[in-house]
Amino acid sequence: MEVGQMQRRLLEYTKSLFMEGVLDNQFLQLQQLQDESNPDFVAEVVSLFFADSERLLNDLTRALDQPTIDFKMVDSHVHQLKGSSSSIGAERIKNACVAFRNFCEEQNIEGCMSCLQQVKQEYCLVKNKLETLFRMEQQIVAAGGSIPMMELSF
Amino acid sequence: MGGSMKAPEKEILGTKMNHRHRPKITALVVDDNMVIRAIHHRLLKDLGIENQVAVNGKEAVDVHSSGQYFDLILMDMDMPVMNGIEATRKLRAMGIHSTIAGVSSRSLEREKQEFMEAGLDDYHEKPLTADKIVSILHKISNHSG
Repeated sequence: MEVGQMQRRLLEYTKSLFMEGVLDNQFLQLQQLQDESNPDFVAEVVSLFFADSERLLNDLTRALDQPTIDFKMVDSHVHQLKGSSSSIGAERIKNACVAFRNFCEEQNIEGCMSCLQQVKQEYCLVKNKLETLFRMEQQIVAAGGSIPMMELSF
Repeated sequence: MGGSMKAPEKEILGTKMNHRHRPKITALVVDDNMVIRAIHHRLLKDLGIENQVAVNGKEAVDVHSSGQYFDLILMDMDMPVMNGIEATRKLRAMGIHSTIAGVSSRSLEREKQEFMEAGLDDYHEKPLTADKIVSILHKISNHSG
């Protein structure tokens, strides 16, 4: 595949992630911070996000597995996850966290368990999609092309 | 094609920042979330603002107790050990006149009010963007001295 085609594929793919609500405008804001002096900024921040999220999801699983659930602690983990997912533009994870926090406030165990599953699913989805995106970018760069920037015009 | 587009405001501000007669603005990013710290650190650096990070309100207070001063403090609300409201109150009580902008993901008016009353100069909802930071920076230049 030639570079122009790869670039078009990347733009189409990125656009689809916005259409599906997987990413929001905040992700574009992050891309704006990437330049020649910081060419891997988005990948670095997203890696931080993956590591942080996996830690939080493990903590949440453990916290909800206790005989007596500390809802304040659960809420504080979800708050962290909501903050970091919204900061990279992972809209669906953020929305799942909002619902999760409501169940924490009600001290609704079943609601919390269900939300945890939902959040885990959304996280896996975003992780896969972003990993695909970065792979496509790497292929373009390896072929000597540059990464096209997307404009949110729809 | 390729490379990021710099917003016009960034370039204008960058020029202002590097003006011979104007010392560089310094900032402190206070947030317990490492993803957000990384992003806000980069956002500020990109605008030519030297900045440090603190992971909670207590660290923010301690760094001032050691004699450091910052033109701008970006203060998160919810943090362990010492939250943003308490840290802001303490800093004002210490006589710190820096521009303090509260940054939070909470949207209840009552909570925002409490945070403002602790001594904030400005308040923004997370996540911060270059535009929001530019509007905060205009508040610094409006503070004389």
